[in-house]
Amino acid sequence: SNLWYLFSHSVDKAWKELSNILSGIFCASLNFIDSTNTVTPTASFKPLGLANGTDHNLLRYAVLPREVVCTENLTPWKKLLPCGSKAGLAVLLKAERLFHSSYHSQAVHIRPICRDASCLAVSWELRQTLTVVFDTFSSGQGKKDWSLFKMFSRTLTDACPLASQSKVYVDISPKNKEKELLEVTPPPASVHEAIVQGDRRTYAVYDLLSPSLFNTSRSLNVQLKWKRPQDSSELPTPVLHAQRYVSGYGLQTGEISTLIYNTHPYRAFPVILLETVPWYLRLYVHTLTIITKGKENKPSYIHYQPAQDRRRPHLLEMLIQLPANSVTKITIQFERALLKWTEYPPDPNHGFYVSSSVLSALVPSVIAMKDMDVEQSPLFTSLFPSLDGSSYFVRLYTEPLLVNLPTPDFSMPYNVICLTCTVVAVCYGSFYNLLTRTFHVEEPSRGGLAKRLANVIRKFRGVPPL
Amino acid sequence: MAAAAAMVGDEAERARGRRAALSFAAIAVVLGLPLWWRTTETYRAALPYAGIEGLGRLPLAVPVAVVFAPRSVPGDLPRPLPFTDVQEMDIAVNLRTSVTARYETAYRSTTAQEEAALDVATAQEADAGLHLLQDALLGALTVYVVPETSPLLPQGISVYVGKHRSALVRAGGGLATLRTRLQQLTQVMSFTSSSIAAALSDRLPDGQLGPDARRHLKSSLGYEITFSLLNPDPKSHTVDWDIEDAVNRYVQPVLDKLSLLANFSVDSQILYYAVLGVTPRFDKESSSFLLSAHSLPHVINPVEARLGSSAASLYPVLNFLLYVPERSHSPLYIQDKDGAPVSTNAFHSPRWGGIMIYNVEAPASPQASLPLHVDVDMVRVMEVFLAQLRLLFGLSREELPPEFLLESPGNEGLADWELDRLLWTHTVENIATVSTTLTSLAQLLDKIGNIVIKDDVASEVYRAVATAQSAVDELAMGHLHSAFQASKEAVTSSERAFFDPSLLHLLYFPDDQKFAIYIPLFLPMAVPILLSLAKIVREARQQRKEPTKMD
Repeated sequence: SNLWYLFSHSVDKAWKELSNILSGIFCASLNFIDSTNTVTPTASFKPLGLANGTDHNLLRYAVLPREVVCTENLTPWKKLLPCGSKAGLAVLLKAERLFHSSYHSQAVHIRPICRDASCLAVSWELRQTLTVVFDTFSSGQGKKDWSLFKMFSRTLTDACPLASQSKVYVDISPKNKEKELLEVTPPPASVHEAIVQGDRRTYAVYDLLSPSLFNTSRSLNVQLKWKRPQDSSELPTPVLHAQRYVSGYGLQTGEISTLIYNTHPYRAFPVILLETVPWYLRLYVHTLTIITKGKENKPSYIHYQPAQDRRRPHLLEMLIQLPANSVTKITIQFERALLKWTEYPPDPNHGFYVSSSVLSALVPSVIAMKDMDVEQSPLFTSLFPSLDGSSYFVRLYTEPLLVNLPTPDFSMPYNVICLTCTVVAVCYGSFYNLLTRTFHVEEPSRGGLAKRLANVIRKFRGVPPL
Repeated sequence: MAAAAAMVGDEAERARGRRAALSFAAIAVVLGLPLWWRTTETYRAALPYAGIEGLGRLPLAVPVAVVFAPRSVPGDLPRPLPFTDVQEMDIAVNLRTSVTARYETAYRSTTAQEEAALDVATAQEADAGLHLLQDALLGALTVYVVPETSPLLPQGISVYVGKHRSALVRAGGGLATLRTRLQQLTQVMSFTSSSIAAALSDRLPDGQLGPDARRHLKSSLGYEITFSLLNPDPKSHTVDWDIEDAVNRYVQPVLDKLSLLANFSVDSQILYYAVLGVTPRFDKESSSFLLSAHSLPHVINPVEARLGSSAASLYPVLNFLLYVPERSHSPLYIQDKDGAPVSTNAFHSPRWGGIMIYNVEAPASPQASLPLHVDVDMVRVMEVFLAQLRLLFGLSREELPPEFLLESPGNEGLADWELDRLLWTHTVENIATVSTTLTSLAQLLDKIGNIVIKDDVASEVYRAVATAQSAVDELAMGHLHSAFQASKEAVTSSERAFFDPSLLHLLYFPDDQKFAIYIPLFLPMAVPILLSLAKIVREARQQRKEPTKMD
């Protein structure tokens, strides 16, 4: 989970209070956010909405890579909706189907906006997003058909009475300009064409507030059927995508590599990379190399804040120019630190998480986009915002990394105690004996089993007896 | 000869050996054991146990001034004016706590300005005029005795209590009647023994408390007030309420007056699809839906889950809910125990808040388009909510003696002396809380050996005891304001000390780990010493027997 916020004053105390209160409201473990996982980025995050001259020292960003989303986070998220899960689109959001998915992500964004065109008064806009990826192919007997009922085991019955807009968009873009490949039922009232992230896409629109939608049947169950069996279709690769991995051997050193792909055929564009590495992986910035197409690529802006042990993580922000149709590899070497034995979490051999790095870029689109009317379709434009017609903003998160730190043998303290105590006891014992033992002369004794046995052996050897 | 020499040598050897063993044992016990004990004990800074014990006595002093207007002095005064008199009353709470109330009454005659202020037509004007003249401290009372024939008090009323800290009493009947009236006045305007006992309610066994005991809000540094509008049927009703204006106009003056008591913060919300947990009964005679009195406790719980303000607030929350019933359950009335509908259609729950049901009239024509637009009449609603707020704080106006007349506080919501009543009970409650918290801490330290008391925790405890002691001293002198501030500080310090996370540092240190660490070292060291000691003891016993045998 990650949290970022722009404050107006007295940041650190307010940051702690904010993360604790949000942790209580959303039942998420955000209260583990402290100075060891908070950074102050300078360029990657700009405030959304109205802002009065931003001092980047007032911005805080924190990531908790070990926290996962589950049902207890969905319930308070749903409580924030005005109709809750009782009416409108939110009736589909039941936890037992939503978490049977390959990817699940929830977000809450708050920003100040102008109340009207003259901007005399400012309101707060709360935007809640939920992203779920269902894999119907592997669970639906090999067919790519889907329906709302199959995915959510529920259908839509009405719109939320408090909503001014309530729409369902279904992507029916034809591939390779062939029509009639797929069929959507019930037939949509209107079709919306837009250029989204550089691609021309067609959406079927179902407006829940229009009275004609529920005329024929009381519930709306959108279904999509493919007319012809699909041959191997590849998904188009996005213009900007990235990967990150750890390499190296042993528990002393390692290397973090980030690969950034720019698949645009002819346009180059810059990207801001923000990396936050915990303090126990000590980065060596002199080993930072950026290589594109075999040649070195110098970033035009670097901001590096080294870590302080147990207080602050590393922060590395770079502005890198990506040439067209290229792969950029960024590598940096690190050394693993040995933690104090009380700082290891339970199950330390699972590893330690390194949070994902953030890539922010204005990606030029292959096809020219026209400005979409914000008034007409406010939700659609907030899903796919575009500043001007030629590029769109993308923020990518890479994978988090799992790194093993050298773990001590936790039974060693007791072993050391036993060993030293044994040595001390032996030494003390002999010392004590010397001091307190009394010596007196003793008559030699005859007999004894060992002596007789020895004499028997001596007789055999022909040696005089003892 | 050689054998005798050998025997003597042997004897010397053995004596030397015994001495060596004994000195080992002596060094181990005298040096080693205390050293080990000191280096392994949990760190505990010293705490003022005597000071904590001494917080049990609570003396309360109320300064009262009795001012005689001309021609109203009773004949049987013990001494000529001006003089002072002290009366003490003991409020027994339990064996350890005792509360003594001291009324320091100062009798004097009016000054010229006060006479001029009393020379007006109505009691309200007299009250307003007198308020400008006096600089009454919090907690102090001034009683003006007016002549029997004075036109200020209406017929049949002998005592008039104003909005501020003064009262008008009709003369007549001598000093004894005056003293009874004074006592009744102080019971109304300062505190009664039951209100003090209620403030100390957690120290009393359950049987002794009256029904009012745990009803009022506990003393706290602040309160959060939340106004919620519940609309379970947004398809039929679109409800609008101008809550911001209503709060600024009606609620804020009351909270400003109470700001001496605590910090208040107000917020509001609108909740949709929030239903009451109880299905109301349909009553054919009145053709309305009824909620009976015994189903009211079940109403709150399902709604509480959605109110959601407890996660984000430090202070106790007071919830005021306005419920607009669904079209299918309209109109909805609350029935009291006798079966009659309650006139305000509202109820409140102690220490939680209140709920009011706002019925919307059915539309004139049955084909009116849904949803109906409803504009809430905030005056009616705020009247009920403010009355509930006063009840929640414990400012009720019942149990008055018959000849008393209380002035209504008007726009401010509460009179000065009502604020004084709250301050008295809250101060006493704060001091009692400090004493209870610190005593529990002391008892815990006795019982559990593993609690660590660091230096800053100890300094907080010292500070709590010192400020609580100064609060008690100020109460004994009658300075209510400074006593209240000191008691608030004392509560904060004591809570901070008690809930400090560093206390639990070593709490769960397992005992078997201690054995695992000490045994590998101490056992090999102790065994030879013990064995030699046993040998020495055995030889000594043998020697004692031998002389008797040989001889």
